[in-house]
Amino acid sequence: MSVEETIKRIQSQKGVQGIIIVNAEVLICNAGIPIKTTLDNSNTVHYAGLIHQLVMKARSTVREIDPQNDLTFLRVRSKKNEIMIAPDKDYFLIVIQNPSE
Amino acid sequence: MTGKPPKSPASNAVHNGQGTSSKRIKSTASNMSIKSKGNDKTHSAQSPAPDRCLSGHPDDIHPIVLTSVTQEHFECRVEQDVTSDNPFKPLKRADIVQDMKARAAVSDFSPIKQAVMDYPEEEMLLVFDSDFKYGQSFYLVLTVEAKQRILSDIMPNVQNSVEEQTSEKIMQKTPTHQPWKSLGSEREIDDEIVKDTRSRLKVEIFRVRRDFGAEVTFSDRSAVSAKDAFVECISHHYKNLSLNLTERNITVHAIANTRTLSTQTKWTYPKNMCTQYEFRQFTEEEKEKCLLSENLKTFASSVAVRCEIAIQQNVITDIFFDDWATLSEVISTHGDKTDSHLKEYQSFTDLCYSKDKMISYISWHPNISGLIAVAMTERLSFEQRISGSTKLLLNPPLILFWGFSDPINPQLLLKCPDDIFSFQFCPSDPNIIVGGCKNGQIVLWDISLHHEQLKGIRGGGGRNMSTTNQVFEDKQENLTSVVHYCAVSSIEDGHKAPITDIQWLRESFEITRMGIPVENKNMMCVQVVTCASDCSVMFWDIRVPCVIAQSQTDRKKKMEQKLLEKPHGIPTTFKHLDLSWRPLFRVSLQKIDSGGEYRPVKFSFRDNTCDNQTVSLTDKPVFNKERPDITEYSQLLVPSDKHLKPLENISTNLYIGTEEGELVYTDWKLEKDESGRLQCAKPSQCLFTLNSQVNTVQHSPFFKDIILIVAGWTFAIWKEEITQGPVMQSPYSEKKYSGGCWSLSRPGVLFFGTEDGDIEVWNLVEKTHKSFHTQNITTSQITCIRPWINHSKQNLLAASDQSGTLHILEIPWMLHSPSKHEKLNMSKYFEKEVERLMYSCTKRQAMRPKDKKNTNVDEQRGKVEPVVPEEDVQKMYEDFLNTKMLILKDSGQEFRCNI
Repeated sequence: MSVEETIKRIQSQKGVQGIIIVNAEVLICNAGIPIKTTLDNSNTVHYAGLIHQLVMKARSTVREIDPQNDLTFLRVRSKKNEIMIAPDKDYFLIVIQNPSE
Repeated sequence: MTGKPPKSPASNAVHNGQGTSSKRIKSTASNMSIKSKGNDKTHSAQSPAPDRCLSGHPDDIHPIVLTSVTQEHFECRVEQDVTSDNPFKPLKRADIVQDMKARAAVSDFSPIKQAVMDYPEEEMLLVFDSDFKYGQSFYLVLTVEAKQRILSDIMPNVQNSVEEQTSEKIMQKTPTHQPWKSLGSEREIDDEIVKDTRSRLKVEIFRVRRDFGAEVTFSDRSAVSAKDAFVECISHHYKNLSLNLTERNITVHAIANTRTLSTQTKWTYPKNMCTQYEFRQFTEEEKEKCLLSENLKTFASSVAVRCEIAIQQNVITDIFFDDWATLSEVISTHGDKTDSHLKEYQSFTDLCYSKDKMISYISWHPNISGLIAVAMTERLSFEQRISGSTKLLLNPPLILFWGFSDPINPQLLLKCPDDIFSFQFCPSDPNIIVGGCKNGQIVLWDISLHHEQLKGIRGGGGRNMSTTNQVFEDKQENLTSVVHYCAVSSIEDGHKAPITDIQWLRESFEITRMGIPVENKNMMCVQVVTCASDCSVMFWDIRVPCVIAQSQTDRKKKMEQKLLEKPHGIPTTFKHLDLSWRPLFRVSLQKIDSGGEYRPVKFSFRDNTCDNQTVSLTDKPVFNKERPDITEYSQLLVPSDKHLKPLENISTNLYIGTEEGELVYTDWKLEKDESGRLQCAKPSQCLFTLNSQVNTVQHSPFFKDIILIVAGWTFAIWKEEITQGPVMQSPYSEKKYSGGCWSLSRPGVLFFGTEDGDIEVWNLVEKTHKSFHTQNITTSQITCIRPWINHSKQNLLAASDQSGTLHILEIPWMLHSPSKHEKLNMSKYFEKEVERLMYSCTKRQAMRPKDKKNTNVDEQRGKVEPVVPEEDVQKMYEDFLNTKMLILKDSGQEFRCNI
């Protein structure tokens, strides 16, 4: 299944406001840069940069408590919407959804 | 052994020694002093001290005695010529020699004759020796050196004289040995010397021979056990040896004041004040490369599942939704009836002006709170009017202004040319009022002069003002000011039938002659729309028309001449319009199906919710207060069409309620028809027939496409663009509705007035089949209902009746504060109703494909009598309703639908 199809499928869900795929490579130090997005540029970069730090922190927290463990999913619920982050080794996917719609 | 040394001999010796030594010291001291004296003398006098002769005086001076004769001769008489202070007397040697020769042996100088002879110099010194130092009273200095010595020693001699006398001539001598005198000390020493008194004894001790080399056993013996085993010398405190320090020498050293100080320097280092950065971004190629990588594909597939689960979870249920908190909202809507009672706030009726009259229209003042205007009209039929026309002239129709502070006297009276059925305040300038008359004319009033007076009217706050007014009015026979109208429209060009509805156009846009909405640069309301029973809707502009301005200057002048004849006190704001006012253009309402035209009663269009306060609060221009340039309407010109930008989002569609009970949907834009002439388009739809005259058409203040239409015994809610039927229609009630309006604060509340004087409150959130609350306020028919928000806590409803009384009712909190998500709920409700409409329409169309008339379908939805086989339709309908109920229950919204 290609990336496009995935994005389309997720986008078609109810209440989804935006999807961002961010590069997470730490070694080459170009982490936190968005690759693909459905939002406008300024918002995308904003989200990507901020959430990248959050994911790194969350992941390190989980791994410190138990080194065998790893972060699989992160959901940040706010008043207006919910940000769902699925991290991976090299990338992570951010989905912003408004659940009350 | 203590022994005191015998003091006396030693001390004697010491004393002697001291004595001799003292003597010696003395002598040496005296030697020293003389020596020092000798050294004290000046450099010239370094002669060695003369030897002491046996007689006790130095050799170079000779004491002599001078007899008184000699003294007189040499003028050295004692106490006269020579004194102790002045002892020196130089004598000539020649004189002395002569004297010696003269008196030979008798001369006093004879003993020293030889010395005198040997004297080298001519002058010899004679010194008076007052102290008899050398034994005689005078002495003669024999040598030159001595004379010099003595002469030069004048001053110190005086000082040293005392010393000289006391001290002896001392000679430096080394102390000579003197034999030791024994004073008894050798005996002491002898006593101390330890000498053997006898010879020393030698003792040898050794063991018995047989014990040599034998075993020896040692044993322990404690020293404590045996009494005499040891001898102890305990130290004991010996008082004499311990000294009490009563005095102690310490030294104190003063130092300068010291102070400790410390400082710390701030180590400043450069810090960033602000940084400006921009985010990193991939270039397009890099992005493409990333997107195509295999890594991304695997990532996407693995991650998608997780994400979808999470999203669906959210959609299914909102886990953070607090049911408990929202429960209170639900409960509050089911309050008891007493809470929904409309309290009578005030009622206004005037004794002279309201007598036998009815109120045809109410309008609240947009800016001044507590001020409401009503139009008083005669409640006579046409024949009665004709017959009683003379009487009518005496009671001119009026618009009364009521203020809350004064329920008896109206604040202002506006004179009208004829009965007014509809009037409105200008939203941008509430001093301009436009009204539509019974005779088809439009009337304009300008009450700027009375604005100050009206401003002081507040509900309760203006009581003081009113009392003072009353005081004045007592003197002036209780006159309230009357304002004459300042302009009326031209009789030939205007309506030919009573104007039933008049509205201002919003200040955000204006209409050109073609009917196209363009932006309004003035931001003031300049256009008015009217509709009358002569089957036309007209658009009017209150500015000076520019096209015919030039040609009309002559006519204007004529008008001015006529105007000058008018009584004083009328504002001349609209003199350019007076009697020459023509409409901009005219919309005719031809019937769709049949010939003839619709007779409009009320109209409403989408973007013209002028008198609502909820929606347009943000849209209203900020400058709603008085502006200096606003009265210069005469200077505003209708701009030429080309300069203005047409506005796209203004809909040009009108909803018109007609006398026959139809709701007509038409577009007012002028279009070119076949012959090239500009004509108004035919109305696109005729949506409704209710068989009774429509009395209210009003757009909802919350939803731009929801319209309320009240006619006869029912009312209906329509949604724009949905032509299949009304979104909601009330069941036919027993009483005829004579007026209705939307609530200004709650999207789901409606107020209706009935023939019997009841006010019905409908709450669509709760019940859609019945009125929520009914309350009787008057005995006669209610003619007009208008809500108003006074301030956030007070929502008022003005209701007028046919007997000429204006009732102000207060809407209780429950009816004016919206429940949570009320707008959302209402919009959902409307959507569902629309869906239902669609569904039922399609179903019925399927049933009756030949019947294309969709309008008849929902007319009697309340009493369903379908043409098609009853059971099927009924069954389908029931199925549908059941599923609908299930869905509604699931989603938590309990709307009871019309069955």
